[in-house]
Amino acid sequence: MTRIIDHPVLGRLENRNVISFQFDGNSYQAYDGESIAAALLANGIRKLRVHEESGSPRGFYCNIGHCMECRVTVNDHSNVRACLTVVENDMIIQSGKQLPNLLKKGGQSNE
Amino acid sequence: MNDVIVIGCGPAGLSGAIACVTYGLKVTIMDEFMKPGGRLLGQLHQEPTGDWWNGIKVSEQLYQQALNLGVNIRCGVSVYNLEKEDQMWKVYTSIGTFEAPFLLLATGAAEYPIPVPGWTLPGVMSIGAAQVMTNVHRVQIGKKGIIIGANILSFAILKELQLAGITVNHVVLPEKNAFSQNAGVPEEVMKSLLNAAHLAPSPLLRFGSSFMKNNWIRKMGLTFYPKKGMKVNGTPLLLRKAAVEIIGEDQVEGVRVIDIDINGNPIPGTESTYEVDFVCIAGGLYPLAELASVAGCPFQFIPELGGHVPHHSESMETPLPGLFVAGNITGIESGKIAIAQGTIAGLSIVKHARKGNNSIDNQLQQAIQNVHSVRKQAIIKFNPDIELGRSKMNELWESLYVKNETPGKMTG
Repeated sequence: MTRIIDHPVLGRLENRNVISFQFDGNSYQAYDGESIAAALLANGIRKLRVHEESGSPRGFYCNIGHCMECRVTVNDHSNVRACLTVVENDMIIQSGKQLPNLLKKGGQSNE
Repeated sequence: MNDVIVIGCGPAGLSGAIACVTYGLKVTIMDEFMKPGGRLLGQLHQEPTGDWWNGIKVSEQLYQQALNLGVNIRCGVSVYNLEKEDQMWKVYTSIGTFEAPFLLLATGAAEYPIPVPGWTLPGVMSIGAAQVMTNVHRVQIGKKGIIIGANILSFAILKELQLAGITVNHVVLPEKNAFSQNAGVPEEVMKSLLNAAHLAPSPLLRFGSSFMKNNWIRKMGLTFYPKKGMKVNGTPLLLRKAAVEIIGEDQVEGVRVIDIDINGNPIPGTESTYEVDFVCIAGGLYPLAELASVAGCPFQFIPELGGHVPHHSESMETPLPGLFVAGNITGIESGKIAIAQGTIAGLSIVKHARKGNNSIDNQLQQAIQNVHSVRKQAIIKFNPDIELGRSKMNELWESLYVKNETPGKMTG
């Protein structure tokens, strides 16, 4: 994990409880109380979803809940903001997927 | 039953709640973020005295004070609608609907986006996002990056990133277009940076600022602006380069840049590519005021305040009975101003709730004076003409909502 453990002004990160969660079927570790977006970035994961129509990759942009770019599926609830949602032990998180478009490409998704 | 619901648990919301609860009002604060403090949390800079302004510590102090006085604080709650019914404000949230006769909107600010081709790639983020990830979540945003946009906020956060050991290789401008406007014009950027010369990002800028205010010298300075940039704490500020495109497959891999003239026009044949794994876009801040809008509050566009702001008085009332505002929703300024404005809004609510004693008018006036003196001492001014912006709103309020008393009627 790429954490900022020591900070010259803010001090050293205290030991926090480690929990585990799943993202797209893989297990990762996080610290208790942090956001899903922070936990994933600390595990080297920037891509949180693909655009529903174009399939282009997306990550968090504003990190404080305004832009909705970081939406993921959490325990079967879709469109949850990864930047505002606290990661919990055994949480099952899935990235947003491309959806079939009935009006274009004959309804076939181009995966 | 709540007397007051405060939306936003940042400096304005917390200090507003503290003022209300001190006079016996029952207060609940709601905020979307998982921690109290709002964007104050990420702030970290050194004062002229050498002391650190540590937003996390200031937030914690305000939060503890509010808790000890009995304020109910709910983090992780999103408010999505407001309605007025029978003298009561109905607050629709992600955990149900709440009611109170008084509402304080302290929702803060949001960042102006500057769309750059490729900006949807993972690894591209707003400069504020980088601040929160670094200082609040303490996760590295990448190994080497670039900031697009040279302004007060981007320099303040550049320093914070450097402090946390994050390498920022360059600061460049956005390409000049309808979105970036003056942020893509070197001469305009230079002018706005010179207005903040007292905290100028490099000794050279600081030294040169008094000369550079002269138009001709500024143009000369920019014409001969070093190709490698001036260093800001070790990071080159490239005022004559603009970001053309952010490139990468599944995430950011690089930024294509082009040389620009002092008016922001690209110079053909000068393109190059910087390899980076993160990009911060710094477009500046605007008041986050959607909730005032859905509540039905009228707005005015005041550029010096950062954008569209809800009509409000110096006492932080809006034209809608029971609706008050404080902090960056009223105009972009520092966290210290937000704290001072929160106190005004809280005392105003106390007055309207008829909970204050004889001295409430006096205290309100003192709180208003306090905002003026905090503003005069401010080292971070997002807009140099902030005072003008504030007086525009005051004049608007006087002309629209203050009934002119005819002098003859003023009998003791």
